[in-house]
Amino acid sequence: MQLTKEEVKHIAQLARLAITDKEVEKFSEQLSNILSHAKMLNEVNTDNVEPIAQITGLENVTHKDEEKDCKFTDDLLAQSPQDIQNHMIKVKNVF
Amino acid sequence: MIELTIAQAHKGLQDKKFSCTELTQAYLNQIEKTDNKLNSYVTITKEQALEQAKIIDKKGIFNNPLAGIPMNLKDIICTKDVKTTACSKMLEQYVPPYDADVTIRLKKAGCVLLGKSNTDQFAMGSSTETSYFGVTKNPWDLERVAGGSSGGPAASVSANQTVFAIGTDTGGSIRQPASLCSVTGLKVTYGRVPRYGVISYASSFDTIGSITKTVEDAALVLNAIAGKSENDSTTPNEPVPDYTKFLKENLRGIKIGVAKEYFENVDKETINTIHKGIDDLKKLGAEVIDISLPLTKYAIPVYYLLVKSEASTNMARYDGIKYGHTTDNAKELLEIYMKSRTEGFGDEVKRTIMLGTYALSAGYYDAYYLKAAKVRTLMKKEYDDVFEKCDAIVAPTSPFTAFKIGEKAEDPLSMYAADKLTVPAGICGLPSLSVPAGFDSKNLPIGMQIIGNQFKEGNILHIGHAFQKATNHHTKKPSF
Repeated sequence: MQLTKEEVKHIAQLARLAITDKEVEKFSEQLSNILSHAKMLNEVNTDNVEPIAQITGLENVTHKDEEKDCKFTDDLLAQSPQDIQNHMIKVKNVF
Repeated sequence: MIELTIAQAHKGLQDKKFSCTELTQAYLNQIEKTDNKLNSYVTITKEQALEQAKIIDKKGIFNNPLAGIPMNLKDIICTKDVKTTACSKMLEQYVPPYDADVTIRLKKAGCVLLGKSNTDQFAMGSSTETSYFGVTKNPWDLERVAGGSSGGPAASVSANQTVFAIGTDTGGSIRQPASLCSVTGLKVTYGRVPRYGVISYASSFDTIGSITKTVEDAALVLNAIAGKSENDSTTPNEPVPDYTKFLKENLRGIKIGVAKEYFENVDKETINTIHKGIDDLKKLGAEVIDISLPLTKYAIPVYYLLVKSEASTNMARYDGIKYGHTTDNAKELLEIYMKSRTEGFGDEVKRTIMLGTYALSAGYYDAYYLKAAKVRTLMKKEYDDVFEKCDAIVAPTSPFTAFKIGEKAEDPLSMYAADKLTVPAGICGLPSLSVPAGFDSKNLPIGMQIIGNQFKEGNILHIGHAFQKATNHHTKKPSF
């Protein structure tokens, strides 16, 4: 399992990370090693096995469908490093 | 008085041997005296702690076993008006506007917050070397790591810088540092303690638990923090027993399983120490049976594929817009994302995001993420079957004792291997306790792990307590 530099750059782009050429080289080697190691899972027969995500077996946990006040909307908005106008975060142009 | 356990400090407060202010001040003094050597704390809340202690003394009511007890919280647990950084540049200046559920529960019980303790960045690591604020040193040997990710909580309890601490455990982050620092670490069943307000690493694995000086203390803390919360839909309606009721001193009628897979590629001194511990449990009346868990060798790849995938989605929220670090030089939206994240995340966080993004991407999802999720099902079944035959599994916590700072930092696979004995409980959502079991020839601590079935914290606390009543490993203290 060898990830090419192009693949690493593509993943970084998908992950919204700008990595340097040196990092591309390092990550390509490290991620290739990790993924090669992961290949050992192919030894395990998983035919007809369902994947598990909720480990204690809970299903369909729902809240009542009702409006609630958020006690700290403004405090949360104040966390933004961007400009706040009219209870909204103003972001930079998309292009 | 800084060597006191929760139970002892509680008695001292009730009997008016000392005040909460005196107790709090004693710990603040110890932190001031020792933390330049250890770096367990990233924030010390001295003024708030003394103010809170004063209020508690004025009330003078110490009925709750945690009333007036000083503690620290791992710095990924939100504390209103106190910085919560995840030991990252991304959240270096983040001050949460609310408390985590666990913070609320401990404050309500009357605990005094001494500060926030060090962790690997976003809890990603096994040594605290990825912390943006520098590594925590092991009080037993300052050239070695305290373990991780809850290295700060573990080192601080070991060095009497607090009575107890709260950490988080995804694949060993409470138990491994507890083992490396010779303290008692409890990972709870997934969902036993609500995760609301705790910065997420891998949402289907993350748990919150205690690092204490004794198992008795772990039971006292669990009584305060366990139970359903409306804020976390993964906390079931499972009743919360009084966990101190399980703390009996003999083990008659208890069946302990020992699996050879947990002793493969483990340091010889560690193996011998754990076998000695198992003999001690036998003397206390436990019956020991051989069990087999053949899928154990797949735990590490299952763990990192699933955890890194979940983490990569959790880390997507850090966009430089809602909160946290934002870049100074972006002209357009995409640039804000790219630069803020690149500047704000450390190496291991980036590696995590990259690996997770890859494992979840079209074309690779089936081969990696889905495959690992299926093996997770099989592992869970293997443990379900084993717990038909025994009450708990006893094993080493870590395959080796504390390693040198820098020794594994550049090799992610060898760092992941440090968790190979603790990740199975994370994968299967099981509670697991690490208790001090002895020392190797370099005088470095060795921890014994006691794994129980889901929501059977009582069983493992029982076994751990009986072990501590019959041994004195947990009472030994480092001189640093």
